[in-house]
Amino acid sequence: MTNKIRCLVLSLVPLAASAQPMPRYRWQNFTTADGLPDNRVFSVAVDGARIWAGTENGLGLYENGKWRVFRPADGLAHRAVTYVAVDKRTHDVWAATMGGLSRYSAGRFDNFTQLNSGLSNDVVYGVAVQGDFVWVATAAGASRLNTRTGEWALYNERNTPMHEIWTYAVSTGTSKVYYAVWGGGVLEYDVRTERWKDYHDPDGETEMVLYKDQGLIHEITTSVSWMERDKILWVTTYFGASRYDGRNWHNFMEKDSGLPSNFMNQVKGVDGNRAWFSTDKGLAYYDGENWAVYRPALQTGKPEMLVRDAQGKVKQVETDTAPAHNYVFGVDFQGNDIWVATAKGLSHGIRIEQEVTRNVTRRNDQ
Amino acid sequence: MRREQQMDVVGHDRERVELIVPDSGAVVDGCQDQLSDIRLAQKHGAAAGLVEQAVHCDEGFAGGQICERKRAVYGKTAVQTEGDEQGLANGVQVRESPFAEGHISVVRRECENSQHGRPTRPPQATSLPHICLSVLLFAGVLSAGAVRYPSPIELAVSPDGAHLYVLCEGTDELAVIDTHTGKIAGRVQVGRVPKGLWLNGRYAYVANSWSDTVSVIDTSTLQVTRTLKTGFEPNAVFANETALFTANRISNDISIIDLSTGGETRRLAAGRGASYLTPSPDGQSLYCTHIYPNIGQHRAPPESEITVIDAEHQIVRERRPLHNVAGVFHVAFSNDGRLGLACQLRPKNLVPLAHVEHGWVFGDSLTVFGADVGEPVQVLIDELERYYTMPFGVVIAPDKSAAYISTTGANSVTVIDIARLLKFVRAASPSDRRALANDLSASSRFVGARIPVGRAPKGLALSPDGSLLYVANRLDDTVSVIDTATRKVARMIDLGGPTELTPQRRGEQLFFDARFAFHSGFSCANCHLESTFDGLQWDLEPDGFGKDIVDNRLLEDIDGTEPFKWNGGNPDLETECGPRTEKFFYRSQSYSRDELGDLVAYIKSMPLRSNRYRLPNGEMTAAQERGKDIFERTRRKDGTPIPEANRCAFCHAGRHYTNQTQVDVGSGKWSDRSPVIDVPQLTNIALTAPYLHDGSARSLEEIWTVFNPKDTHGVTNDLAKDELNDLIEYLKTL
Repeated sequence: MTNKIRCLVLSLVPLAASAQPMPRYRWQNFTTADGLPDNRVFSVAVDGARIWAGTENGLGLYENGKWRVFRPADGLAHRAVTYVAVDKRTHDVWAATMGGLSRYSAGRFDNFTQLNSGLSNDVVYGVAVQGDFVWVATAAGASRLNTRTGEWALYNERNTPMHEIWTYAVSTGTSKVYYAVWGGGVLEYDVRTERWKDYHDPDGETEMVLYKDQGLIHEITTSVSWMERDKILWVTTYFGASRYDGRNWHNFMEKDSGLPSNFMNQVKGVDGNRAWFSTDKGLAYYDGENWAVYRPALQTGKPEMLVRDAQGKVKQVETDTAPAHNYVFGVDFQGNDIWVATAKGLSHGIRIEQEVTRNVTRRNDQ
Repeated sequence: MRREQQMDVVGHDRERVELIVPDSGAVVDGCQDQLSDIRLAQKHGAAAGLVEQAVHCDEGFAGGQICERKRAVYGKTAVQTEGDEQGLANGVQVRESPFAEGHISVVRRECENSQHGRPTRPPQATSLPHICLSVLLFAGVLSAGAVRYPSPIELAVSPDGAHLYVLCEGTDELAVIDTHTGKIAGRVQVGRVPKGLWLNGRYAYVANSWSDTVSVIDTSTLQVTRTLKTGFEPNAVFANETALFTANRISNDISIIDLSTGGETRRLAAGRGASYLTPSPDGQSLYCTHIYPNIGQHRAPPESEITVIDAEHQIVRERRPLHNVAGVFHVAFSNDGRLGLACQLRPKNLVPLAHVEHGWVFGDSLTVFGADVGEPVQVLIDELERYYTMPFGVVIAPDKSAAYISTTGANSVTVIDIARLLKFVRAASPSDRRALANDLSASSRFVGARIPVGRAPKGLALSPDGSLLYVANRLDDTVSVIDTATRKVARMIDLGGPTELTPQRRGEQLFFDARFAFHSGFSCANCHLESTFDGLQWDLEPDGFGKDIVDNRLLEDIDGTEPFKWNGGNPDLETECGPRTEKFFYRSQSYSRDELGDLVAYIKSMPLRSNRYRLPNGEMTAAQERGKDIFERTRRKDGTPIPEANRCAFCHAGRHYTNQTQVDVGSGKWSDRSPVIDVPQLTNIALTAPYLHDGSARSLEEIWTVFNPKDTHGVTNDLAKDELNDLIEYLKTL
C-alpha cells in the first residue's frame, strides 16, 4: 500500500478521520478440484511467483497457473507436510513432514530423518532458514542443521531450559531464534551468546488470566513470529496471543480484542505493530489499533469481513468473497496479496486497492 | 626432521614438511596444519609431537623480524615458547628439543591467508628464493625430501594463444608455457593440490583443493593477488565479472564468492562429489558435474546429476539426472551452445564382476545433450574388444567439426566426428536411443581417431583457432601438442619434472593404466577415482555370485592397516593387488613382481588429506569432545561395564583406529558367507559414505540407528539422540 491519496470510499459506514482502511481482498480459492494436493492445507510459503502448499496429502507447487504435486513416490519424506519454508537465497524449499525433513532443490529431494541424520525426531512441525542454518521444530526437541558442515545440533531439556520437548514452531532472525514449545511456553536462542532463555505464562498452566500483560498468555504455544527490525515477538497459543517487545508483554484475547477466537494456529507478523492471526474462527489482521476478520460467516457461510476499531466498535464490510474456510492454519505474503492455508483449501487474497480520503466520513459507493 | 622453506617469486610460502620417526626411520609428508602433523607423528610411533610455528614478514625477513607470536604444542598442551624469539630474530632458528628421545619436532611457518586462522603475509615483490628456517631433528636422521612430480592436470590457453597455463597438482604450481617456444615462461606457487583452473581476462583462478582456497593470479605479473576461502576441497573454479564459483568435492556444494569483497555470499547444494564446472557459451549457466554418485538406496542403480546453475541469479536452476552413471568428469559445449558432451563412467556394479568383456565392468561414455539432440542420450566411446577408459577432459573444436576426449586409462585421446555423431543419434528411435547407452558397436559410427599420447592424459585445451590440441599427460609430466588437422602429436612440452622415477611414481603410473585389464577395460583408478573411492558397492566373483557385497574404500594412509579385504583375507597389499587382481579383476596377465612392488609403494605413499571438521586451531568443539568421551567410554550410562571387546576404542584403536583384527559386530547380512569382518580404519571416515562392509548404512547415523539393534557394534542403544550426534561429530574428526 502506498502513500497515495485518492477519492473513493469503499466502506458503508463512517471511517475515522485519517484512518488507513483495513485491507480488503478478493479471495480466490483452490481445492483439489483445481489440482491442490489436498484440501487440508497446513502451511503456505511464497517464493516470488511460486506458491508452495504443505497439505495433509502432499506438497503442492502453484506456478504459471498450474498445480504440481509431490508425494513420497516423488521423493517427499512423508505425505503429511506440516510446514514449508523457503531459503530466499537459494530458493531451496524445506518441508517439515510427519516423516522427517525434506529439502527440495531444483527437482531433487533430500530427506533427513532421525535414522539417517542427526534430526531429533521424524515428527517435524516447523522449519525456518537462518543463513546457513536450518532450524527445525520436532516433537522431540529442536534441531539445527549447519548446511555447510553437515553438523546437527540438538536441543532438548538437557541443554536448554525447556521442560517440554514438543516444539511446534520456529521463527528466526539474525539476532534471535524463537521456538513455540507446545505446553512449554517460548524458548529464545541468542545467536551471539548461544544461550537459551524461556518464557512462560505467569499464571501457570491454567486458562485463567490472573496477571494480564505480565507474561506470555499461555503455555500451549503454537506459533512465534520474530520481527528482527522492530525487535518484537508475536506469539499465538490455544488460549490467546501475545506481543513482546523485550520488556513488556501485551496479550490479546477474544474478549478484549478483535480476535475471533483464542484458539490460534499461527501468527505472522508484518512488523512490530501489525500481524496476521490464523484462528479456528477466521483470519484476523491487527494493525496496531484496529482488527479485521476475514471468513465465511460462522452461521451462514457467506463471505464476511468484520472490522473492529480501537474503541471496540465492530462493523461489517461488504464483501463478495471470503477465504475457503474459517479454520485457518497459516498465511504468507506475496507483495500486497496474502495466501491463506485453511482446512478446506488454499486461498489467495488479491488485494483490492483502496483509497483513503482524509476528513471525509461517508460516501455511498452505490 | 628437516624442513625446507623457500620463498617463491610471489611471496607465498611453500612448505615441505617431512616427519621422520627416529625409531623406524619412516618418512612421511607432513600436512598443512599442526594437528594433522601431530596425528601423523603419533601414527608413526612418536609418543608426542612438537609443533612450533613462527611467522616472518616478507619485508622484514632480512632483518629477521617476527610478525607473529610463535606457538608450540606439545602433545595436547599449548605451551608458549619464548626462548627462541631471539634466534628467530636473527633469521635462523637453532633449537634443541627439550623432549625425550623418540620425539620429533616439526617447525612450520604460517602463511598469508592460510587456513585455520593463521596470520597473513603480504605478497613478496622480489623474485629471489629465501631459505627461511631450518629445523632440527632431534635424535633423528636427516633424509632427502620426497620427490615431487609436476603432475599436470588442467590446461588453459590465453585468448591470444600465446601462453599455455598448466596446472601442476604435484608441485602446487601453475606453470606458464610460451606456446611458440614450448618453454616455461614462469611458475606461480599456489595452494596445496591445485585441481581447478579458469582464465578470465587478466586473471587466472586456481582452486587449491587441499587448502580450501582459490588463488587469484594476475597473469601479467604472475603474482598471486588474493587468496579466497571456499568450501571443503574445491576442485573446480569459474569466475565471471562479479562472482567466483567453486565446486567443492567434500562439502558437496558450490561456493559463490563476491569478487568485490572476496567473501562467500551463498552456498548452493550440488550433488555428491561436486568437482567440475563448465559455463555455457553464453555465460548464463554453469554446469556442475560430480565425481561420485548421489547416495541412494542400497544396491540401487547409481544415479548422478548435472547441476545447472543460473550464473546471473546464482541459484540452482535444474538438476539433470544421469541414470546408471557414477563418475562424471568434464563437460564441453559447442560454441553455438547447441551441443553438450559430458564425460562419464557407467559402472556395472550391480552384477557380479565375473567377466570383463562386453562392457560388464565399466562403460566409458558420453552424455550427449542440447538442442542438437533433444532428449539427452548416452553413448559409449568403447569398442567391442577395446576400451578407452576414464574419459576425463573434453573439448569441442571451434568449428564444431570434432570433439576431443582424454581417456586417462588408455593413454590416448579419442576424436569424435561431431557430424557423424549427430547423424547417428538423430537416426535412432527413442527405444534405440536408450539402448545406445550399452551399445559397444556404436563408437565405430562416430569415432574418427584414437591418438596415443603420454601417460594418464587429463586436461585438454584447444588453441583459439582450433589447430592445436594440448593434452596434459599427468604421469609423464609433459604436454602433448596435437595437430588437429593431421591428428598426430606434433611435439611434446617437458614440464621439467624429475627425470628419475621413484617406485611410488612408477606405481602411480600403473595405478592409472588400464592396459593390464582384459581389453584394457579398467584400471585401479576406475574404482578408486583419483586414488580415492567411487561410492559404490561391488559383487566380486571370488566370493560367489551375490555373495559378500563389498563397499569401496578410501586408500589414503592405509599403510599399516593390514590385513586387507573386507574380511581381512589378504595379509598385505601385495596379496590384495597381486595375482588376485589378475585373476578376479583384470582377467588378464597382471603385474610383474617389480611392478607389483611399485604399485604397493604408491598405494602406501598416498598422503592423508587434512580433516575439515575440527576448529580452525585444530581443537575440537564441545560436541566433538563429548563424542570422544562416548567413543572412549568403558561403562554404559547406568554404570554397568561395557565388555572390553565391545568398546569403540578397543577395536578402533591405534593410529589408524583399527586394531587390525577380525570380528563379528552383527553387521553381517544374509548374503555374507561369514559375518566376520576386518576392523576398518576410520581415517577420514566422514568422506566415505556409505558405510559398513557392504555399504548398507547410508550415513554414519544408520550404522547405529538401523544396524545395531542389539548393541553388538558398540554399545549405543543407551545413548540419547544428542549423544549419538556427539559421537558422530567426533568420528568426523578422525
